[in-house]
Amino acid sequence: MSMADDTTAHVEGEPRFDGSTPRASWPLYEVFVRGKRGLNHVHVGSLHAPDDTMALHNARNLYTRRNEGVSIWVVRGDAITASSPDEKDPFFAPSGDKVYRHPTFYEIPDDVPHL
Amino acid sequence: MTVTEDETRDLEADFERTVAAEGRIEPRDWMPEGYRRTLIRQIAQHAHSEIIGMQPEGNWILRAPSLRRKAILLAKVQDEAGHGLYLYSATETLGVDRAELTEKLIDAKQKYSSIFNYPTLTFADIGVIGWLVDGAAICNQVPLCRSSYGPYARAMVRICKEESFHQRQGFELLRTLMAGTDAQRAMVQDAVDRWWWPSLMMFGPADGDSPNTQQSMAWRIKRHTNDELRQRYVDMTVPQAAALGVTLPDPELRWNEERQAHDFGAIDWDEFAQVVKGAGPCNAQRLANRRAAHEEGQWVRDAAAAYAAKQARRTEGAAA
Amino acid sequence: MHSHDETDDENVYDALATADDDGRWAFGTGFDAGTAEIDAPVPDGVDRDDLATYCLMLADDALVASQRLSGWTTKAPELEEEVALANIALDLLGQARVLLARAGHLGAAEPYRGERSDGKGGCAGPQDDEDVLAYFRDDRAFRNVTLVETDLGDFAQTVAWLLVLASWRLALLRRLTGSRDPVLAAVAGKAVKELTYHRDYAAQWVLRLGDGTALSHARMQAGLEAVWPFVEELFTAHAVERRLVDAGVAVDPTELRWEVDAVLDQVLPAATLTRPERPAVGLVGGRGGRDGVHTEALGLVLAVMQSLARAHPEATW
Repeated sequence: MSMADDTTAHVEGEPRFDGSTPRASWPLYEVFVRGKRGLNHVHVGSLHAPDDTMALHNARNLYTRRNEGVSIWVVRGDAITASSPDEKDPFFAPSGDKVYRHPTFYEIPDDVPHL
Repeated sequence: MTVTEDETRDLEADFERTVAAEGRIEPRDWMPEGYRRTLIRQIAQHAHSEIIGMQPEGNWILRAPSLRRKAILLAKVQDEAGHGLYLYSATETLGVDRAELTEKLIDAKQKYSSIFNYPTLTFADIGVIGWLVDGAAICNQVPLCRSSYGPYARAMVRICKEESFHQRQGFELLRTLMAGTDAQRAMVQDAVDRWWWPSLMMFGPADGDSPNTQQSMAWRIKRHTNDELRQRYVDMTVPQAAALGVTLPDPELRWNEERQAHDFGAIDWDEFAQVVKGAGPCNAQRLANRRAAHEEGQWVRDAAAAYAAKQARRTEGAAA
Repeated sequence: MHSHDETDDENVYDALATADDDGRWAFGTGFDAGTAEIDAPVPDGVDRDDLATYCLMLADDALVASQRLSGWTTKAPELEEEVALANIALDLLGQARVLLARAGHLGAAEPYRGERSDGKGGCAGPQDDEDVLAYFRDDRAFRNVTLVETDLGDFAQTVAWLLVLASWRLALLRRLTGSRDPVLAAVAGKAVKELTYHRDYAAQWVLRLGDGTALSHARMQAGLEAVWPFVEELFTAHAVERRLVDAGVAVDPTELRWEVDAVLDQVLPAATLTRPERPAVGLVGGRGGRDGVHTEALGLVLAVMQSLARAHPEATW
């Protein structure tokens, strides 16, 4: 396959993106799945998607392998308010705070790798 | 937020107690910086390995010699993308962004398992990767299902289930080839000859040369030393090789009655160091492919983000 | 040593190694193709060879499309799309396998077994019909529409291709659920759900790329233009199709145009794209993909796909 190195004349010289969009990665969504009727939705993990519709697509692909009849909720991570006094960290307010440290909180050092 | 020294001591004591009691550390818990950094490095390396590991197997998807094998291989490589995603998810609960980890990978600032820097030269390599490489990965990973960090442990439970399926698929392919033509049997032995030693290297340096192991074990991030896991892998694999009818390429490999374990020959740590350093057979190719996919996908990711922003503005406009 | 840990680990491992939970594998259950009644009798009044040829047409569309999509593996613009594209490729491969098995049951694989009359090497082992047909047939015997064999270009062209292909195939197979051939009806019944998903996935991306950035808009329009010359063939009926339409087995492709148009008329304006006005690609003496007259691309696709299987004509895998 020839990949996206096409040099179609009318796009040449265009900026990589139109400038109005920050070159950010897609936002993080948390995913909740009800495996079958009679069960609650359970948190299964997270994923990235540009918007809600694609988040549902991605969740279905990734966490349910498109198993029909499974109910999925997706919600943007920054829309969830959390309280878990049992988890102890002064970084978090005891109630009404984030689910976890927001990605980009932590600068990872260019570590000499260890295997 | 400032935290007094006393508070930090209390938090540290809580952390130590939880870990010592085989409890799980969850994302909002306080954790020592070293613990966080070690976890990020280990989980990211693992995630990178899944993603880079798609390449050697992906090399044969278009040429898989039966439609059933093609379906199995495609599904397996897809699983690896899924595993990478589960693991990147786990790192994000530690406050690090996937995009940042991807940058580190393609800038060669973070590592992935060296095994994926070896080429897949025949279709038998697909079976041997399933049997030996996934087999070694399972030895490494099953204990991680009880890792002290909750999100990592949960991701590993999912991953281990799928890996064991992959290993069985690999073994089944090899059994079929060994029951096939002379050319197919020769293909299997050749693949075993090439992958056996690299698979032993997957467990990392010998214990004496693995400075971080003790701390990782104390934190219950790792559960066993590299050499313990390597020994377990050898002991598990030898009878499987016999059942298959292939020879493991190590003249010193034999059962030691006294140790109740197999002795095996010396690993070529110079080769390992070369590959880790970036000078393995496929390092440059693997990273270049990953970098190309990421960079050539940028305009797509930008477009989706731009569309989402426009839609959000439209919704706001409609509401106002 | 940590004997306590070890015991626990072994238990975990044992459970993993022995658990018979293949059912949880969306694809783990699908590797052995065709439990559908492949051997159902040919419906009354239907020509056996025609039916076999029709199965090959629909099978080859899916097989070659799947092969093309698989080429995206490890190259997708984001990891989530790796998973999505592989899903679609797997669905299409699954459809192809059942249809090839049906064609094989109707005798389509026999010319490719053993000594071939044209002197070319046939398959010399006990391969399944699906593999004989996929790996030992030459490009001139493939009956797919040429759209599926085209180079997929960039991601924009790929989603344009997929939108057209999935919309068309969905319209076709939805009608095929009423076929008098029980195998075709069964394949279609399962495929409708899959294709609905493929179409939606493609439409979502056409929307985002068309109405995303200036660059993505330009590439999306260019992708659509590249695919367009191969669209007309989708609505052209082959003689075999026409005979089988009369027999209540096949779908008349000329009837599908309005449904595909309806999808495009909805998606393209929403994506700020213009419907291309490019002429259909020319035919060779009036013959196209359904007649086995393809573009130059198919030979290369098959050369790669068939290379290993043909190097070992007596081997099974």
